[in-house]
Amino acid sequence: MNTNNNNAVEVHNLEKRFGSFTAVSRISFHVAPGRVFGFLGPNGAGKSTTIKILCGILSPTSGTGTVGGFDILTQQDKIKQNIGYMSQRFSLYEDLTVEENINFYAGIYELSREKKRTRKEWIIHMAGLEGLRSSLTRTLSAGWKQRLALGCAIIHEPSIIFLDEPTSGVDPISRGNFWDLIRTMAEKGTTVFVTTHYMDEAEHCDSLALIYKGAIIAKGTPHELKTNFMKGDVLKISLPDSQQGLERLAALPIISESALFGSDIHAVVSNATTASPLIRQFLDQHTVTGYTINEIEPSLEDVFVSLIENYDRENTKNEPDKS
Amino acid sequence: MNLTRVKALTKKEFIQVARDYRSLTLAVAIPVLLLILFGFALSLDVDNVPLAIWDQDKTQTSADFIWKFQGSRYFKVVGYFDNYKQLEEMIDRNQALMAMVIDTNFSELIQSSQPAPVQLLVDGSDSNTATIALGYASAVVSGYNAKFLLQAFSKSGIPEPAMIDVRPRVWFNQDLRSRNYIIPGLIAVIIMIIAALLTSLTVARERERGTMEQLISTPVKAGEIILGKFIPYFIIGLIDQLIAVAMAQFVYHVPFRGNLALLFLCSALFLTGSLALGMLISITAKNQLMASQLAMLVTFLPGFLLSGFAWAISNMPPAIQAITHAVPARYFINILRGIYLKGVGIKVLSLYIFMLVFFTVIMVALANKNFKKKVS
Repeated sequence: MNTNNNNAVEVHNLEKRFGSFTAVSRISFHVAPGRVFGFLGPNGAGKSTTIKILCGILSPTSGTGTVGGFDILTQQDKIKQNIGYMSQRFSLYEDLTVEENINFYAGIYELSREKKRTRKEWIIHMAGLEGLRSSLTRTLSAGWKQRLALGCAIIHEPSIIFLDEPTSGVDPISRGNFWDLIRTMAEKGTTVFVTTHYMDEAEHCDSLALIYKGAIIAKGTPHELKTNFMKGDVLKISLPDSQQGLERLAALPIISESALFGSDIHAVVSNATTASPLIRQFLDQHTVTGYTINEIEPSLEDVFVSLIENYDRENTKNEPDKS
Repeated sequence: MNLTRVKALTKKEFIQVARDYRSLTLAVAIPVLLLILFGFALSLDVDNVPLAIWDQDKTQTSADFIWKFQGSRYFKVVGYFDNYKQLEEMIDRNQALMAMVIDTNFSELIQSSQPAPVQLLVDGSDSNTATIALGYASAVVSGYNAKFLLQAFSKSGIPEPAMIDVRPRVWFNQDLRSRNYIIPGLIAVIIMIIAALLTSLTVARERERGTMEQLISTPVKAGEIILGKFIPYFIIGLIDQLIAVAMAQFVYHVPFRGNLALLFLCSALFLTGSLALGMLISITAKNQLMASQLAMLVTFLPGFLLSGFAWAISNMPPAIQAITHAVPARYFINILRGIYLKGVGIKVLSLYIFMLVFFTVIMVALANKNFKKKVS
């Protein structure tokens, strides 16, 4: 379609229906090249469906878009040559060895003999699989499988990588290493499109879109989301018995939402300066001692919980007969 | 079609097949087992019918008559008894298929040139064998009668009357060994079952494990995936074919009168069609279990019952006969028997070969089309 667009990924009013179920409902967004774009949302929100459309695996019901400048409706073959896709199941051939899996994808992407050799060494080194070249893939741990799957998906050095829940089922240390890897690739100019439902991982992204029930309900950088989309301030309340405290504070009308984060309570109020004294007074009345109240920048989780709750409230209000 | 990608796919598929030793054993064990079972056990020949005898006459004449049975290769006398209860027991216990009762006045009646009744009791629970055994018995009896008649004529000095003298010559299978008929047909059944069974799992397995999703995100084309999967199984199918042909030759000594190249050419054609059928099943089925069951159903039943492999199609009711035209194994079996026993060539077999080409083209096209549809 338009040839002068510089975005790595761009979609307009993309929609995908399966029968009467709308998996993705008229979403639009764009991703600049060399950025890490996080596509966030709970399970079943439409993340995987969107990623499959972008990779040319599924056809959209309606809408337009480009990936790497190629049309997602007509140039799927071109797209497939320029992207790497890693599905959430680390789909490697478990009955093949590490090296055989790499050889297979090297053949699929038609790498030259020389290229194949250097890329293979790079993958084995990147994934820390030295000494495991001839091990059957099924014997590897999840972290190894994840990195090998990533290596196979990007063996042809694509300019755009799609990662569908790349860290699910992987231990925290492997997750950390994996994100370091993603950041390194982005610094070298690769565009990374990643879906996740881990909010802490979202902080690693340059920009984010939150998808919920098939619709994008918020877009922006992590900082923008925290400052623009949060209706109200967040207070962190630390007190000796946080469980009991949470129950008591729920009775206060000035607190619109409250939830436990570790041993602290995060309470959403419309204005931190006016609410703090009232909460202090309330706690003093209930003879609670040893507490602290601080205003904090909301975490992405706070933002998303609040956005999703707003979305549900509005949609049940607008369509009362549907619930 | 890109050769580098096909090569990578074929190599991967080969490694997977080689590592899946259970399937590999199955691929070799099933044909050998079928050949042994059907080659030795499924004999439609009726030889050595066990015969129990109650000779109430006990004369030279009755002994001569019994000898006619005992002397033929079709009967084997399993014992002499002297009451019905014992005969009944022999038949009940499957120790005798037929029992013959010769009346006390047998020789008297013969000597006075009167009809001498002989009772035959036949176990009719296997109607086919019973019919054949009865046919043998009446042949033995009419041989005895003819000889007796001629003796009577020559004794009384009347010139021998003209009689029709049938001189049968059996073509293609001189000894009328049913094995010669079954083994070539079995080759078709084996190819069909193995081909469909092995390939039925390949696509379903990749879908179940999620590797298909990964694969279709690459520039690979549907035709390349199908071809990559096809090549290793084609080679296994040819090996099975070789085993079957070798066993037919060296174990069962089935006569081979035709062209070996034509045999393998037709086999390759049928194998291709069967592999495509298996792949089609694999593409359509929801999972591996359903795929293998479907493959068994689609190949085993028609392959065995409706192909004319063991049971003649001409004996089936017209409606079933019509259905057999849709069973590709039927045409391949005709080709195999033609090449093996009759030694006929491409000219005589052209219609059957055409039907195989038709089957193969349709199956390959369907597999390719359905694969593309499933992928997008």
